[in-house]
Amino acid sequence: MSHTTRVLKSEWTKVRSVRSTVWTLATALVVSVGLGALICGVTASTFGDMSTQDRLTFDATYTSFAGMGLGQLAMIAFGVLIVSAEYSTGMIRNSLAAVPQRGTFLWCKVLIAGTLVLVVGMVTSFCAFFLGQALLGSHGVGIGDPGVLRAVVGGGLYMALIAMFAVGITFVLRSPLLAFAILMPFFFLISNILGNVEATKKVGQYLPDQAGTTVMAVVPETLDRPYGPWEGLLIMVAWTVAALVAGFVVLKKRDA
Amino acid sequence: MIELEDLTKRYGDKLAVDGLSFTVRPGTVTGFLGPNGAGKSTTMRMVLGLDAPTRGDVRIEGKHYGELQEPLHSIGALLEAKGVHGGRRAYDHLLCMAQSNGIPERRVGEVLEMVGLHDVARKRPKGFSLGMGQRLGIAAALLGDPRILMFDEPVNGLDPEGIHWIRTLMQQLAREGRTVFVSSHLMSEMAQTAEHLVVIGQGRLLADTSMSQFIAENSRTHVRVRTPEPERMLDVLVEAGLRPATAADGALEVDGSEAPRIGELAAANQVVLHELSTQRASLEEAFMRLTAQSVEYHAYAPGDVQAAVPGGPPGPPAGTAAPPQGGQAPPGGQAPPAWGENWRKGRRG
Ligand SMILES: Nc1ncnc2c1ncn2[C@@H]1O[C@H](COP(=O)(O)OP(=O)(O)OP(=O)(O)O)[C@@H](O)[C@H]1O
Ligand SMILES: [Mg+2]
Repeated sequence: MSHTTRVLKSEWTKVRSVRSTVWTLATALVVSVGLGALICGVTASTFGDMSTQDRLTFDATYTSFAGMGLGQLAMIAFGVLIVSAEYSTGMIRNSLAAVPQRGTFLWCKVLIAGTLVLVVGMVTSFCAFFLGQALLGSHGVGIGDPGVLRAVVGGGLYMALIAMFAVGITFVLRSPLLAFAILMPFFFLISNILGNVEATKKVGQYLPDQAGTTVMAVVPETLDRPYGPWEGLLIMVAWTVAALVAGFVVLKKRDA
Repeated sequence: MIELEDLTKRYGDKLAVDGLSFTVRPGTVTGFLGPNGAGKSTTMRMVLGLDAPTRGDVRIEGKHYGELQEPLHSIGALLEAKGVHGGRRAYDHLLCMAQSNGIPERRVGEVLEMVGLHDVARKRPKGFSLGMGQRLGIAAALLGDPRILMFDEPVNGLDPEGIHWIRTLMQQLAREGRTVFVSSHLMSEMAQTAEHLVVIGQGRLLADTSMSQFIAENSRTHVRVRTPEPERMLDVLVEAGLRPATAADGALEVDGSEAPRIGELAAANQVVLHELSTQRASLEEAFMRLTAQSVEYHAYAPGDVQAAVPGGPPGPPAGTAAPPQGGQAPPGGQAPPAWGENWRKGRRG
């Protein structure tokens, strides 16, 4: 068994042995799916009140993902906690004493956490989609309709990427308080404002979550971005890679 | 074996470790002694490659820490901050460390047994007492059955039973031929555990010597004489060319260890003695004398300290290493009361 395999096993033990893993990921799933279902139910019953224009551009897929705006915060919490707990408990010193190859340590943690959030993200996205479409009834779409599968898979990728962005940022910031204080309000509020207000939209729409959500929209008018769905996701991937590389540089350079 | 060479660490403008060079050898317990803030923990973090040295080098069995592929097989450490996730069961904590170094899972049960934590293996450490937490840290250090063990203040806050347990464990590990490097700021504790001694103060090496040599060179002995006729006895001693001093409780103290001669003098002069005993100044005092000039914020001149040693004429501490720089001048200004202050009052009575 190679060294990397051993470190991966160790990181898997770490993730599965703390309670925060279960409750952050379960919260992400329940909130995203539940809130999405609620909004789909309400939309279905008020569909008749919508303007013709709104009905023509109605994005049934995107509507079923309406809970992810809140659910992603639990994904971010997972990403923050998995890294900051190492620092707040001092475990990082034991971890690095056991694995002094800091790159191996970080990328193994990233791989384990990434796989886990990808699985949870996909389950979340598919559940939210199917439950939402069932509630939308005749206004819903099928998974086989053009662009829909891409959007649903994209939703799973989005949830995974937002958590991994948080992982990278927390490796830079180290402190759980600081990471929460910056990431939570940013993704809950600030980036939404920057991405939608006319004055800041030009730049704001390139923020990780603003770009990433493009992949979840099937009707182009939903978000009105100058880039396509996959390009949007790619922008988010770039942000995430940048955050992780920054985290790696800080881990490598600074005293533990 | 741990080899330090000119190891130096600077935090901002604070020199925490200043050109340390020494070797920690196998088969003995090496005590690493220094007052608070001397740089012990910083040195140990550099040994583990956690903090990068500003200058100099430290090697484990000839290798840099980063070159060790699975270091827990070579060196196990208990650090100052325990470094355990309070919500991760003791068993899982040890398991994740073991897995990263390819240590078989059954070893986790073994070390838990060794430190007496098998009953709480499935408990979360946030509910552990200080002693249990310390045992968990030691279990982690023992995981890879390493040839080198390093403990940062392992007995801090432990009850006498816990202290005894750790002391016995360290001596046993050394008997098995392992390198045991343990820090403390209590000389008395080290005297009972360590065979070799490395003393630092303000990041600098003050002594690197065997414990027995340190005791021989640093503990000033004196003979204590109690008599109902102190004036007569004083005259007898002075006539014999000795230099007695009167202690706080009226007893006489004579530097050196000439109890037989003093007893004979008393007999020859028919002075009644109630007590005649050889006393060793405590090692703690010797340690404080050694580190006096390097303690961060001390309020007294080195000469002062020596005068306070019972019956002893002032003189430099027997050299065990280059004397710390700083000269004999008291530090300028009125410093706040330093540690050592109480001890001084106590000795003067
Ligand atoms: N990360 C850090 N940043 C800045 N200064 C530090 C850091 N770590 C230690 N120091 C300083 O370096 C000096 C040595 O600290 P260190 O903790 O190594 O001492 P110590 O001998 O372990 O003391 P103690 O007996 O109190 O544990 C202290 O003055 C401390 O304030
Ligand atoms: Mg310390």
